Amino acid sequence: MQNELSHLDWLEAEAIHIMREVAGQCSNPVLLFSGGKDSLCLLRIAEKAFRPGKFPFPLMHIDTGHNYQEVIDFRDRKVTELNERLIVRSVEDSMAKGTVKLNYELEPRNKYQSITLLEAIDEFEFDCCIGGARRDEEKARAKERIMSFRDSFGQWDPKNQRPELWDLYNAMTHKGENIRAFPISNWTEMDVWQYIEREQLELPSIYFAHKRDIIRRDGAIVPVTEVTPPKDGEIVENIMVRFRTVGDITCTAPVESHADDVQKIIIETAETRISERGATRLDDQMSEASMEQRKKEGYF
Amino acid sequence: MDKTDSLLRFITCGSVDDGKSTLIGRLLYDSKTILSDTLNQIEKTSHKRGLSAVDLSLLTDGLQAEREQGITIDVAYRYFSTPTRKYIIADSPGHEQYTRNMVTAASTAQAAIILIDARKGILTQTKRHTYLSKLLGINQFVVAVNKMDLVNYDQETFNSIVKEYKALFDAISVNENNQFTINFIPMSALNGDMVVERLDNMNWYQGDTLLEILENADSQSTNSNLAFRYPVQYVCRPRDSENKELHDFRSFMGRIESGRIKVGDKIKSLPSNQESTIKAIYIGDQVVNEAISPQSVSILLNDEIDISRGDMLTELTNTPSITKDFNATICWLSEEPLNQGRVYKIMHTSKIAKAKISSIFDKIDVNTLSSIEANKIETNDIANIRIALAQPIMSDNYFDNRKTGSFIIVDDSTNHTVAAGMINNIN
Repeated sequence: MQNELSHLDWLEAEAIHIMREVAGQCSNPVLLFSGGKDSLCLLRIAEKAFRPGKFPFPLMHIDTGHNYQEVIDFRDRKVTELNERLIVRSVEDSMAKGTVKLNYELEPRNKYQSITLLEAIDEFEFDCCIGGARRDEEKARAKERIMSFRDSFGQWDPKNQRPELWDLYNAMTHKGENIRAFPISNWTEMDVWQYIEREQLELPSIYFAHKRDIIRRDGAIVPVTEVTPPKDGEIVENIMVRFRTVGDITCTAPVESHADDVQKIIIETAETRISERGATRLDDQMSEASMEQRKKEGYF
Repeated sequence: MDKTDSLLRFITCGSVDDGKSTLIGRLLYDSKTILSDTLNQIEKTSHKRGLSAVDLSLLTDGLQAEREQGITIDVAYRYFSTPTRKYIIADSPGHEQYTRNMVTAASTAQAAIILIDARKGILTQTKRHTYLSKLLGINQFVVAVNKMDLVNYDQETFNSIVKEYKALFDAISVNENNQFTINFIPMSALNGDMVVERLDNMNWYQGDTLLEILENADSQSTNSNLAFRYPVQYVCRPRDSENKELHDFRSFMGRIESGRIKVGDKIKSLPSNQESTIKAIYIGDQVVNEAISPQSVSILLNDEIDISRGDMLTELTNTPSITKDFNATICWLSEEPLNQGRVYKIMHTSKIAKAKISSIFDKIDVNTLSSIEANKIETNDIANIRIALAQPIMSDNYFDNRKTGSFIIVDDSTNHTVAAGMINNIN
């Protein structure tokens, strides 16, 4: 009989416990599912937490409208396979309603997800959103709670968070308020990949090395797509790349890589010298505090 | 591929002046956790501030909101790994007014690193940090005598601090029954002496480096040796009419907070006191024969007994107390003082109960550790109190079991967590 859990077993046990606390304490939670690797880990955790029963919450995707089709196809296939309910709410709906106004046509829409998310929270009266954010991602996240309180405007107030001790999670809310629950807070990018390997989780194909038309712009690799066309004078190259995160096309950049399976990605992750967001999130580099700012505005 | 196979959570106690941020930066840097874009950023900032070398303490620089106010508000969690272990550091600000942050950080830690500036020796805060760590049930201490480079790596300076600290430690009696390990290390976090690398400035020191000590410390799973405690979080009843097998399926979901369990074991459900035996244990859809703390599992019983969230499965003989009335030491976390006339809620394991503070015995001055008379309780106070509950909880004394001996107090007008408590005398 074993006496000690491996670090992955420990992280998994913690995440299951957190998800069951959400189910036990909240009356109308939802799990945010993008098709990305972190939210796929959440789905496996939810299976381990609640099967053979159904999930005590629906899944929801806040769609920016700028997606790689592979990811959307994958998302829909996964939901069918799990036989769970998926809600999709789109930033484009908010644009049609006039609640999101872009500054220019091809502006990155990541930050506007907050508005659509808050509208969906209102519409369905969700009292908790389960998300796949991790504390190692970014310094504004390092101080995030596992159950993070948001007021009725969806705002995160770093000075007014509930202290979180032991594994006692306070998810109590009044009507209109909201908890963001982060079951994989304590996971690192490496833990996520190791878990994907162990659980043999299927991922959208863009996570693995593939040939793609790109341009090099200000030190970043920008994929050539309809919404990110090359500018005059830029040279289009076709190289092997993979994505370390998936999100809105306009602000998610791939990295050069030949890692075409999980094993190779783990080796690359161990050797890489650039953080996940530093390499691939064009929007976080703009200001040192941009994640913190977005979280205050209701971002998850 | 390196695989880590255990996990250790620890806290670092000290202030920026003791080199705490530098130490954390050093651990992350030497364990190659810091990635180049982050390093570039702090290099730039170091340059901007006119420093000649990279200031590793900038790695733990906080939120914009904190920088604006020039203070650290909160506990930050940081991660690094070695080939054999994953580490979670809870980094809390060290000053006296942040007692509540230190209590928060210590609540999940197995080990504490107490930082002492070699030039200054033992200070009031050393006593406070040691007391709070012991109070929260930490039993592994690493006393890091830092800035040895500023005392010419002098062995005598180190030895006298060790001697003085031992006396201090023995004088702080919170949980006398527990076994403690204390390691002392002379160190220069700035240069990297004895953090991850030994270097050769202190060849007179034969002990382990900080990382070696952390690698060998007792990890998360020590709870598996205690009595079986299984607070039920959620009851699974699929009631799937299409699947006959699931028709009568009923499992009790939770986390083994302590102990271990195997199929066939006799158990008791509290507070109802009904007995049954374990029919099956699941982790997801995987059937297992046994499970240990802190695994999250799903348990099926051989008898149909009524069990819901907030109940607890335990072994038959070594059972927790079912109590509505107990003494506890609390740390008041809220800006709003305790109102003794009010009814609060407590959260204990998976149970929520209404609570009143029936008596305040005394407060502890965290700097002198003396008992002071108290009639009110405010932010950062450590107080001994008596609590009366409307519904019973199943609890152990905190020093016997951190999971079933701890609770938080919630103000149900704001839903804020206003206090953290440790049960120390069940009647």
